[in-house]
Amino acid sequence: MTAADDKLLGVRDLRKYFPIWKRGVFARHVTGQVRAVDGVSFDIARGEVLGLVGESGCGKTTTGRVILRADTPTAGEIHFTHSELGEIDLAQLDREQLQPIWQNIQLIFQDPYSSLNPRMTLEQIVSEPLRNYNVLEGSALRDRVAELLLLVGLRPEVMSRYPHAFSGGQRQRIGIARALALNPQLLICDEPVSALDVSIQAQILNLLKDLQQEFELTYLFISHDLSVVRHLCDRVAVMYVGKIVEISDTDELFNETQHPYTEALLSSAPTPDPRVRRRHVQLQGEVPDPANPPSGCYFHPRCIHARERCQTETPLLRETRPGHWSACHFAEELDLNIAAAPDGAT
Amino acid sequence: MGDTLLEVRDLHVSFYLTEGIVRAVSGVTLNLQAGRTLGVVGESGCGKSVTARAILNMVQRPGRIDRGEILWYGDPDHPVDIAQLDPRGPDIRNLRWGEIAMIFQEPMTSLSPVHSIGNQMIEAIRLHHNATDAEATEQSVELLNRVGLSQPARLLDAYRHELSGGMRQRVMIAMALTCSPRLLIADEPTTALDVTTQSQILDLMRDLQDEFGMAILFITHDLGVIAEMADDVAVMYLGKEVEIADVDTIFHRAAHPYTQALLRSIPRHDVVTERLESIVGNVPDPYNIPPGCAFHPRCHHYLADKCASPELVEVGPGQWALCARTREILPASGERTNA
Repeated sequence: MTAADDKLLGVRDLRKYFPIWKRGVFARHVTGQVRAVDGVSFDIARGEVLGLVGESGCGKTTTGRVILRADTPTAGEIHFTHSELGEIDLAQLDREQLQPIWQNIQLIFQDPYSSLNPRMTLEQIVSEPLRNYNVLEGSALRDRVAELLLLVGLRPEVMSRYPHAFSGGQRQRIGIARALALNPQLLICDEPVSALDVSIQAQILNLLKDLQQEFELTYLFISHDLSVVRHLCDRVAVMYVGKIVEISDTDELFNETQHPYTEALLSSAPTPDPRVRRRHVQLQGEVPDPANPPSGCYFHPRCIHARERCQTETPLLRETRPGHWSACHFAEELDLNIAAAPDGAT
Repeated sequence: MGDTLLEVRDLHVSFYLTEGIVRAVSGVTLNLQAGRTLGVVGESGCGKSVTARAILNMVQRPGRIDRGEILWYGDPDHPVDIAQLDPRGPDIRNLRWGEIAMIFQEPMTSLSPVHSIGNQMIEAIRLHHNATDAEATEQSVELLNRVGLSQPARLLDAYRHELSGGMRQRVMIAMALTCSPRLLIADEPTTALDVTTQSQILDLMRDLQDEFGMAILFITHDLGVIAEMADDVAVMYLGKEVEIADVDTIFHRAAHPYTQALLRSIPRHDVVTERLESIVGNVPDPYNIPPGCAFHPRCHHYLADKCASPELVEVGPGQWALCARTREILPASGERTNA
């Protein structure tokens, strides 16, 4: 859905269903399926930051895990343009074939406390990917670790210490250094600042932005926080109950919203300015159960613009403006921009 | 607008641990008016939750209220010092829930896993009112209905794990309302919720405040939520309040360097910023709070000869800042748009 000339990742109709097991008289049997990811398609260009936003349970993290092939997709294609091997479909590969490709895709985790092994020193943590792939050894390995620590704003002298000696923000820096160790082509950032304090969030966001610009990194940035996404991402995809409902350039998504769910999400986010009193689009009810989604458009029971057609016909993600895709039957007719305040409004 | 309902004067709370003494709250002074919302904002470890617990005299060992007064003006002529009450005595029990109710961040842990919602609500009502089971049931249904839960009668038989996060928080709010409290303490009530659910709960709290006229002490780390909910704001850093003012002043004419820096460091969804101005360094370790002004290692207005012992200065009407240099650094006149 971008210019295909410099595509790094192309996800096509990706699905991940988790079976619901029930213990029967003789054996367990499947009684239903949770459609965590339900037909997701998007492209990421080289050097681009794509935001994936949605509320808890919408399937954004599962999408990231399936692209990384930490989970096996139920169906769909994941075309990854490898620097040496060319375009490959990650969905078709088995563990052994994936091993060399994981060098090129790395993950930054949400929780900097549980994602670092407390029994390893910083040097061991950051050098682990390099040792796994036998990229470097001896003093060259040490030098690379020092270089990586400097890159993320830590002093190389601390490399013999253990993670417990560091604060949340510093630990997240360590996680970033580890992810960068192998010069990956694609970084999947799963809520990398959600667990951090407000004053530390800005440091890590600036670091991620600086690194992205300096090394022209490509991020798939998963977050629930619209303000963080707006700050960092070039394009944004909004997910709801396993599907992408809208995808477009960041500024356009915030200013020219084309899907009622995005409108509701934007108008619910609190603005740190008491003088901004925005129109609230108050959603009724709760996010539907992905094991038993409603008919037609999954959003229709909560949508204030819903009409009869929405109950029966599932809307497809279609290009409603150049480069702007929306899964709403009435995207062109609805005027949804009242909720999105213009830039600089106070 | 109204009379003072709660006054906290020079509150000190410490935790006596084997590793050392953590001075969680050191000298907090708050003034809460009836029917208004006071927002307390700060990062983790700033003492905002401990302050809330101290107000209900619920600080648990090894923590202790060292000194300070917590004056409750339930009867305006006879204020009660909550800090002096026996934490297990009948007086505090009547205040808790009866006059001051509290809701927490994680409603999952505040509800009993082995009692049905109805059981818990009816018990709370019967403890504080002279009601029969039937009356209490009726009142529970009414309250659950009022907080926007459909089919309240069926909900009474439900257990906490059957409810979603938003529903649990609504149940907690309904329970908090059982005795028509005059003060509701809300400790990060929406932090664990999604934005659309958060927005529903905040709207509900505002409506209920209008309806019941209760005061709210709203504790959060989220400046966006503060801007939406609070009338007055206290900004806390390392156990001290560094700035107090009305909400508009905090967001548009902040006087303390920490408040200013915090506001500049948050990304916004309604404004595009190329680069965030982050606050240097980390929140210090609570065992070693920096001497003098606790914010000085991270402050770019710091001057060694001036910042040794800052005091609360009245910067403008109703605006107080704990900073020795606040008058020098305050934007000269007019307003700073913080875009």
